[in-house]
Amino acid sequence: MSLGPHLFLALLEGTVGALVLALTALGLSLVFGVMRIVNVAHGEFFMLGAVVTWYVSATTGSFLLALLAAPAVVGAVAVLADRLVLGRIGYEPESTIVATIGLLYILQELVLTVYGPYARPVPAPVYFRVAFPWFGYSGYKLVVAAVAAALLAATWIALSRTRLGLYMRATQQDREIAQAFAVPVNRVYTLAFGVGAGLAAVAGALIVPVQQAHYLMGLDALLLSFVVVILGGLGSLRGTLVAAFLVGVSDGVISVFFSPTLAKIVATLLVALVLAVRGRGLFGEAAA
Amino acid sequence: MRGGDRSRVLALHLAVIGLLAGLQLVLPPFHHGMLARIMVLAAYAVGYNVLLGYTGLMSLGHAMLFAAGMYGTGLTIRHLGFGVAAGLLSGALAGLAAAGLVGVMTRRTTGPAFLIVTMMLAQAFYLATLYWNDITGGDQGFILTGLHIEVAGLRLPLADPAVKYNVALVVFAACLLVSLWITRSPLGRVLVAVRENEERTRLLGYDTSRYRLLAVLVSGLLAGVAGSAYTLLFSYVGSTFAGILYSIYPLLWTLLGGAGTVLGPLVGTLVMTYVVDITSGFTTAYLLVVGAVLVGMILWAPAGIVGGIRARWAAWLP
Repeated sequence: MSLGPHLFLALLEGTVGALVLALTALGLSLVFGVMRIVNVAHGEFFMLGAVVTWYVSATTGSFLLALLAAPAVVGAVAVLADRLVLGRIGYEPESTIVATIGLLYILQELVLTVYGPYARPVPAPVYFRVAFPWFGYSGYKLVVAAVAAALLAATWIALSRTRLGLYMRATQQDREIAQAFAVPVNRVYTLAFGVGAGLAAVAGALIVPVQQAHYLMGLDALLLSFVVVILGGLGSLRGTLVAAFLVGVSDGVISVFFSPTLAKIVATLLVALVLAVRGRGLFGEAAA
Repeated sequence: MRGGDRSRVLALHLAVIGLLAGLQLVLPPFHHGMLARIMVLAAYAVGYNVLLGYTGLMSLGHAMLFAAGMYGTGLTIRHLGFGVAAGLLSGALAGLAAAGLVGVMTRRTTGPAFLIVTMMLAQAFYLATLYWNDITGGDQGFILTGLHIEVAGLRLPLADPAVKYNVALVVFAACLLVSLWITRSPLGRVLVAVRENEERTRLLGYDTSRYRLLAVLVSGLLAGVAGSAYTLLFSYVGSTFAGILYSIYPLLWTLLGGAGTVLGPLVGTLVMTYVVDITSGFTTAYLLVVGAVLVGMILWAPAGIVGGIRARWAAWLP
């Protein structure tokens, strides 16, 4: 293959990766924006989504059912964690970080105990190849990209057009004023945490037929989401989307031409550099 | 602090070091070896505590500083034929240099951004140790053999349990005394002021970003020394020690023992290393305990063990 088609493949892989990454990172960004907390367990919600998808599609044979079950189950786990732990410590930033690190290990090790140390594939629900002049490409990956894009748009509309979205934005802007205007802030927090986890779970579910479900898959998802959310600016959803494309596509290109490890080194160093020069990221609001 | 308290504090810490020295005479071999390891790891936690406990900066990338010490020592001994003393020095300097990088990169960050930048730098470092595995040995790492020190003309192999224990004790005691000295010096007072209210401290005329940088450097130096000592005593270097778990461990040890207490890191490391060792005996999912302790502590004992003791019975503890 010559350079042109090679680059096209890299961009294609990058775009598919970017859309899934955007979905995961959007969950993290939403949680940070609304609740002002850093959720270190976010990657585990992604992993849990993938594992639940494997269970449901292995027992019922329906991938569609699994795709619906994953965010529901993971969202419920997140809501439970919010009520039992985060709510009780009052979302104090440092305590929340420590608690979510704890949650990370609890979820990861419970999955290791119940599901085991295996990497298990799920057959893709649709199978067709798209024949480009130079190579064939998995049709399922294009479906993943389309579903992820649709979900991103749906989340965007929900945030900008519905009452719940209004509540979330109000809480993000000023928690106390929102409460004074009868926004049920505590319930908004719990819901934001659940929805954020659900978005990660859907991303995990979509990726299983391509990547296999494994109990350690959460860490990479977490780190890449951090990269994206920070590059885009903590709390800025628009920034998150732009950064997901930047990171996803450059990750795809560097992975295809050099090595995936090098791609991750570049991405993490880039973030450290951006934060060092511009503390609030590319699109972030000034520090409160 | 009153004069009586000052001497009481010094006496307590010297007594703890004396107790550790005495224990080697009575401990059975297994616990003797465990305690040597715990002392080196506790030295690492002491360094972490300077940053978290006394300056209020939470890092999730300290493994980079610990591993910098390891590689600084291991690589120079392996490739350049350094001796133990030169290896220790280059490990300490590597820790310091890595801390310098962290300090400069985090100069403008506050709150969660500090945590995430440290985590990202450490991750880049970890991936780099995997990527250049022809030099570092990557995941497999490499072992060092035949390390020894000479004391008064005697050739003492570091693999010998008694030598190992006493070198670990010296390293730990040095780190503990440095930490105690800092907390009681004017520098320590300024660091605590930065922790309590950075804005106000700046208004009082202190250049707080310089003090933060200083705290990062001290913390990195101690972590580098601990990492270097770990390599020398256990003859192994590997990228596992640069991974995120080794950034979370010192956080856990420090919080469990009590952040902002001089003896907390030792107590936390001691308790947690034994808990992890016992649980890993009957389950592969031993990190579940790590998670449960983190969550339980935040809910029910945020001050940690020594912090709780200080709050209830001994307000004079530093």
